[in-house]
Amino acid sequence: MIRRRGWLVVTTLLVAGLVLPIYWTLVSSFTPESRLFAAPSLVPHGLVFDHYRALFTQRDFWTPIRNSLIVASATTMVSVALGAACAYAIARLRFRGKSLLLAFVLAVSMFPQMAIVSPLYVVLRAMHLLNTYPGLVLPYLTFAMPLAIWLLVGFFRQLPADLEEAAMMDGAGRMRTLREVILPLALPGLATTAILTFLYRWNEFLFALSFTLGPERYTVPVAITLFRGQYQVPWGQVLAAAVIATIPVAAIVLVAQRRIIAGLTSGAVKG
Amino acid sequence: MIGRRRQHPARAWEDDETRLAWAFVLPALGVVALIAVFPIVWTFWESLHLDDLRMPWLGRPRVGFANYAEALGDQRFWSALAHTGVFVAATVTIELAAGLLLAMALDRLSRGASAVRTAVLLPWAIPTVVAALVWRFIFESPSGVANVAVHTLGMTPPTWFADAVAAWVPLVLADAWKTTPFVALLLLAGLQTIDRALHEAAAIDGAGPWRQFTGVTLPLLMPALLVAFLFRTLDAFRVFDVVYVMTGGGPGTATEPIAVYTFSTLMQNLRFGYGSALSMIVFLVAFLFALGTIQVFGGRTLLEGRR
Repeated sequence: MIRRRGWLVVTTLLVAGLVLPIYWTLVSSFTPESRLFAAPSLVPHGLVFDHYRALFTQRDFWTPIRNSLIVASATTMVSVALGAACAYAIARLRFRGKSLLLAFVLAVSMFPQMAIVSPLYVVLRAMHLLNTYPGLVLPYLTFAMPLAIWLLVGFFRQLPADLEEAAMMDGAGRMRTLREVILPLALPGLATTAILTFLYRWNEFLFALSFTLGPERYTVPVAITLFRGQYQVPWGQVLAAAVIATIPVAAIVLVAQRRIIAGLTSGAVKG
Repeated sequence: MIGRRRQHPARAWEDDETRLAWAFVLPALGVVALIAVFPIVWTFWESLHLDDLRMPWLGRPRVGFANYAEALGDQRFWSALAHTGVFVAATVTIELAAGLLLAMALDRLSRGASAVRTAVLLPWAIPTVVAALVWRFIFESPSGVANVAVHTLGMTPPTWFADAVAAWVPLVLADAWKTTPFVALLLLAGLQTIDRALHEAAAIDGAGPWRQFTGVTLPLLMPALLVAFLFRTLDAFRVFDVVYVMTGGGPGTATEPIAVYTFSTLMQNLRFGYGSALSMIVFLVAFLFALGTIQVFGGRTLLEGRR
């Protein structure tokens, strides 16, 4: 009993440590600038929406939100579509060089991003893709694709093989079997992969910082970072923006916590 | 399809399958090769050149390994490497320890486990840039939580971001805060595969909690711990976002890790040749570390730990 209570205390302390910074950010984002640096209080003094209003009237924060949504969604769609085909082949079809392929994919996912920033910059500049959406989606695929392949190979391998065999015995061709038997079964895996890919791309910073040139193409992380004025950080607005940047990921975590954890622990590849 | 299979048994069907497999694999593989492999090769080639975009009149002469030689004599490069090492050691130690504790706590949780897991997952899902800004705010405000806490302990808080040593505290804390959940969830998955009967058997044999921990939990958790260690180390070695946003590598270059130095060489000073050499060094060190870990602990353990 005492031991159980001890663990409860440990849990409470650790979870409080993890959640408090988020809570404090939330409270501070509703606190007027003049009181922001006053003694911290855990109870908000009242809700002041000034910072949020400033974000959308003075800074046009919609643009980075739209950019982030477009780039992250496009990357997710492309990498899940191409990755699923590739993963299915690796998991289910017989051909030579499979394990080599998988090792290669894993190796690419471990690349330090920094090592390919300069060549990508040069290539994108030559193709006039700097500061465009494709100019971000393409580099993002470098890491989104290996993640998708790695996760989906795991999911496809878990599907019972006799189902497809039965379908093919019944005279359904490969493609029809894929469409009507495999695809519905794979949907949870595809969803998990899409969620993780989207989260990683929504949060990406280095490529977005390097390959966008102006506020019209900044993603949310880049825009927030560059808020920092010449002399003073507009903390109220930064924190309000932090809250807004967190809303989509928090919503995804709330809805899909189980899936995210399954995906993370089945293929601990960071994108 | 069935008809053809009857006419040419096995072989034609197998050819079909191979062709289909490559048709499925090639688009994805082509994209990865184009945007990952080609750039790495290019970076290596570039690292053998003098290429300073601010001084285009110098041209782009091939200089052999001169850029690498320059790195070896570059004091800022060595400090950056040392900073990276300090950061890796500090964060990975804290994250593994706190992550293990959190995982064991979560494993024992009977009620509200799902809600707690959601709360734990939140810091992991938040953009790193946002986490860095939040922790900067926590430490920067004179009467913020961090400074108040230090005051309560009866000490005078330092000017965190102006002090070469103190600046590491918020950096390490922000990173640990953001990634401990990832480690904990990975270890929790490992813990849940351990058969409870083993603990009961150990208890019957008279093993106390500590003996059970060292005798049953730790050895069986090894694969998961290794995976967490490998991925966290590789990740911490590449650290960029947190430092760039929080301290910018400062004060001066006191907290500058290798990735931030490489970035400023490449994208701010536009010294592409030298920056590429630095990139290649980062790439090689990370690659050798991964290879070494797999050699020492065995790829099998790692693969098992992933499952």
